[in-house]
Amino acid sequence: MARIGVFICHCGENISATVDVVKVAEVASKMQGVAFSTEYKYMCSAPGQDKIVQAIKEHKLTGIVVAACSPRMHESTFRKATAEGGINPYLCEMANIREHCSWVHERSEETTEKAIDIVRTLVAKVRRNAPLFPIKVPVTKTALVIGGGIAGIQAALDIANAGHKVIMVEKQPSIGGHMSQLSETFPTLDCSQCILTPRMVEVSQHPNITLHTYAEVESVSGFIGNFEVKIKMKAKSVDHVKCTGCGECWQKCPSKKIPDEFNAGLSNRTAIYTPFPQAVPNKPVIDRANCTWFTKGGKCGICQKVCKAEAIDYTIQDTFIDVKVGAIVTATGFDLKHTDFFPEYGYGEFKDVIDGMQFERLASASGPTAGVIRRPSDGKVPEKIVFIACAGSRDKAKGIEYCSKICCMYTAKHAMLYKHKNHDGKAYVFYMDIRAAGKGYDEFVRRAIEDDHVEYIRGRVSKVYEHNGKLIVKGVDTLLNSTPVDIEADMVVLATAIVANKDAESVAQKMHISYDKHHFFAEAHPKLKPVETNTAGIMLAGACQSAKDIPESVSQASASASKAIALFSNNEMSREPSVAAVNNTNCTGCLLCQDVCPYLAIEKEEIKDRAGNVLRYAAKVNSGLCQGCGTCVAMCRNKSIDLQGFSNEQMLGEVMSLLNKPF
Amino acid sequence: MSQFEPKIVAFVCNWCTYAGADLAGTSRAKYATNVRIIRFPCTGRIDFMLLMKAFQNGSDGIIISGCHPNDCHYTSGNFHARRRWMVFRSLIEFMGFDTERITFSWVSAAEGAKWADLVNEVTTKVRELGPFTEFKNLDYNSFNQLDNGAITK
Repeated sequence: MARIGVFICHCGENISATVDVVKVAEVASKMQGVAFSTEYKYMCSAPGQDKIVQAIKEHKLTGIVVAACSPRMHESTFRKATAEGGINPYLCEMANIREHCSWVHERSEETTEKAIDIVRTLVAKVRRNAPLFPIKVPVTKTALVIGGGIAGIQAALDIANAGHKVIMVEKQPSIGGHMSQLSETFPTLDCSQCILTPRMVEVSQHPNITLHTYAEVESVSGFIGNFEVKIKMKAKSVDHVKCTGCGECWQKCPSKKIPDEFNAGLSNRTAIYTPFPQAVPNKPVIDRANCTWFTKGGKCGICQKVCKAEAIDYTIQDTFIDVKVGAIVTATGFDLKHTDFFPEYGYGEFKDVIDGMQFERLASASGPTAGVIRRPSDGKVPEKIVFIACAGSRDKAKGIEYCSKICCMYTAKHAMLYKHKNHDGKAYVFYMDIRAAGKGYDEFVRRAIEDDHVEYIRGRVSKVYEHNGKLIVKGVDTLLNSTPVDIEADMVVLATAIVANKDAESVAQKMHISYDKHHFFAEAHPKLKPVETNTAGIMLAGACQSAKDIPESVSQASASASKAIALFSNNEMSREPSVAAVNNTNCTGCLLCQDVCPYLAIEKEEIKDRAGNVLRYAAKVNSGLCQGCGTCVAMCRNKSIDLQGFSNEQMLGEVMSLLNKPF
Repeated sequence: MSQFEPKIVAFVCNWCTYAGADLAGTSRAKYATNVRIIRFPCTGRIDFMLLMKAFQNGSDGIIISGCHPNDCHYTSGNFHARRRWMVFRSLIEFMGFDTERITFSWVSAAEGAKWADLVNEVTTKVRELGPFTEFKNLDYNSFNQLDNGAITK
């Protein structure tokens, strides 16, 4: 006979403001199988949890229903309290009367009725719950870090320094990411490459880190502690073991007109190339889409002729390697919103309208102009330069309603760098609001305005057009009664919105992690689990989750690394026991379940008699592989396979209880 | 006479739509009280006989919702659910069941507003369709009478 305890939480006033919690508790006390029912202001508090512990002992409860928030929030809290009370933690379920009821409805009888219905379905479920025991699985103490930008580098170094193996995958020929392209960093104006490149070298030399550049993750399967990852090693066409990185090949390469990604298209590179002089590894790859050998069918071959190390091999194919890892840190970074996005600002139409990354390259000592800020069109040093902040960000009409977060700061930095290099030049910044909420950030912006005399104009720009060789920026000053402002500029820099990578959606789908409508990866909880994803064992670091500056990316990377290190601190880990199990007495061995199982967790079992003769076959679940989706359960013709925690009995119980009749 | 208030049962997956409904809550979206959510690990887990049981138990409309195609936490459960729904729908349509009462949708964990809209749309639609009575009329007595009739003939 079930003796269920029902605990209704007020959640302060979050639930009790719209739901009559006293009535819910009263009605619940009369539900079938309920032996005890009460309500309390904060069930998740220590006294609240203690009520569960005490009630289990006093009323000899065999099951618990906590009607409070979402189980995603506090299921583990209350299962722990249930275990403390002395019964199996999986005999506790949560009825979600906050997110699914009190927060989405006004106070009314219907709202209370709904809360009662929700409690009743969960009581019906718990009556059919069985004690479950966590499954122990081994942990592979190797981490995979996807992306070799500053976030990936930090995460990899932290995990490797803790003594664990790390595999880093970077799709570009070199690690370094966007940070390697930056000139100076705010708010200290220290040189980006000077602080980054030592870390890049550390990654390449670390005994615990295996670096795969020019490689991409092809597929991810398995689960926390036991992921199996297929990595695609794109054909580099250069044998990096033989290659000495002398540079003879790219100096002689005749295909010299390829837009250089590292310089944001402001200069050209060759078909065989290293992205930048400090690249790690500092060995070239052949860009096959632009190489004459590959596009013109075997013509050219100069690099092979000049290579003394005989490292060039045009026959190298894409290869795949399989690795086993226990945790994955996703640090795939961001992209900038670009082409055709601002027809009114003339990006792509006028050569001297550039984006922030292009300005970084112009200001960088390693850039195409050796750090002298020159117009891309004619190479002249601009006398007047206009920066437009929020070019795309916070603009619902453009589809990006979020703030790109770093533009206020880098725009102030750009204007400052320009003024430091050209004391007589004029710099204007059109802005909506200045968001400078980091350590030393506001001081930095004030310094740009007060010490370096950058002119900040609060208002938006409606149009940029060319007239007599000048770019006319038509804006408005909203602090001066919306006075129109026209500036004849030599150069315009757009602080374009930070967007997710083009392939972010497919990356998320490969890893089965959630993403938001802008394709940024979703964290498991916005406040309390900011680096975990909904897929246990996969963590997020850096701008793949949302727009972030360097310090934030680094701290998030370290946080992700600490999650991986914590996981690796045990030889085996407990997994949720919500897995499928077969009743092999009834199973007919049709193995329909095997066909639909995405994890290949179902095997064919021989049922033998005492003499060892095979009588028939049945399905058997490998509980180490089963993830508990339950597709097999819905597929089974005679209900011989069932999912623990979401069993046929439990689900039917929930549905039948909706009518409020004894069942 | 007061307006007919339908009872809607939502069969949702844990990872996308349940979380989407949570998001609707945290963003305080307001929607009709008529819906009752039943949480499954995955839409692939949903045994469609449960839909019939829900109708038998006084439900007037049903929502099935999970992760968008390719976004399934378990890789392919939503595809199995979709395929099962296609077959199941043709079967019950053939039997004369009004499939308007069942709505199959995808709501992701980021689509709290879509969840609220979906509930409101389905509630309005089912309210117009009126109470579902077909199964209630088929109580066990009438089953028995039919049986007896068949035998005596």
